[in-house]
Amino acid sequence: MSFFLNDCYDRMNKGEVIVAYKGAISADVISNTLSLIESKLEEASEQTGVKKKLYNVLVESLQNLFHHVDAINGEGESETNYGAFVLAKQDQIFRISTGNFIRTDKSKILQEKIDKINSLSKEELKDFYKFVLNNQSFSAKGGGGLGLIDIARKTGNKLDYKFYNYNTDFDFFNLNVFINEKE
Amino acid sequence: MELINIEGTPKTPTVTMNPTSGAIEIKGRSIPENSIEFYKPIVDWLEEYNQGPAAKTVVNVQLEYFNTSSSKCILDVFKKLENLKKNQKEVVINWYYEEDDEDMLEAGEDYESIIKVPFKMIQIVD
Repeated sequence: MSFFLNDCYDRMNKGEVIVAYKGAISADVISNTLSLIESKLEEASEQTGVKKKLYNVLVESLQNLFHHVDAINGEGESETNYGAFVLAKQDQIFRISTGNFIRTDKSKILQEKIDKINSLSKEELKDFYKFVLNNQSFSAKGGGGLGLIDIARKTGNKLDYKFYNYNTDFDFFNLNVFINEKE
Repeated sequence: MELINIEGTPKTPTVTMNPTSGAIEIKGRSIPENSIEFYKPIVDWLEEYNQGPAAKTVVNVQLEYFNTSSSKCILDVFKKLENLKKNQKEVVINWYYEEDDEDMLEAGEDYESIIKVPFKMIQIVD
């Protein structure tokens, strides 16, 4: 498992890395990372609009990761919510990469959802967001089903993703979100 | 009815609600992992307030950030305010956004188009 996770992590860990993490995903890890990045951003030279968008999308990406990570058994270990995330910058584009194990039976639904989001125009995304906001109830995990739609809307970029098959029960889902440094 | 006064944290907004004056304010950031827990007392309060509201309710919403988990709860808050209007009460919603924050302006417009109460969009200039 650790070899597989390291391999996925290496693929994510590219560019000028600002923050990178691999391990158990807990509410504390997410909170601490968000405050760390927020203070780093305060010193950064980017326009405030860009910083704000970046932070907002980062909150959504990391909370999405936290809500959707599926626990997996490590070798001789107990069940853990293993995952990874990287915030990096390359050629004036920020990249938020998140990775988590997901049960293979959920992969197809997720893939269809992302493909649908990627096929929509700016106006269609706005309508889809409002439709889900107004019509869908919360999932048991408290996510509103709005996270990916919101990320696509705010960044204005397509969502990039890959599924790496781990075994018959689990895939590793890697999502890459891009935020342009210049608005 | 009780006056509500919730102090803000790095993840949750400052909320004040006065049943006598009809002044409601939500200010700060709203990015908790589980927002239902945070918003339940606010939505419940509004439910009760609907039974005997002030003649005029003025709502100031000034959010710096909010996550999608909060966005549904915020809609629930607005739906309670929409009820006031349905019952012929005056409701004013002021939606504040910083001048470089297009996303927050759009978020306000989204809510305005869902509930049938006009918003006043107010740009905050530093």
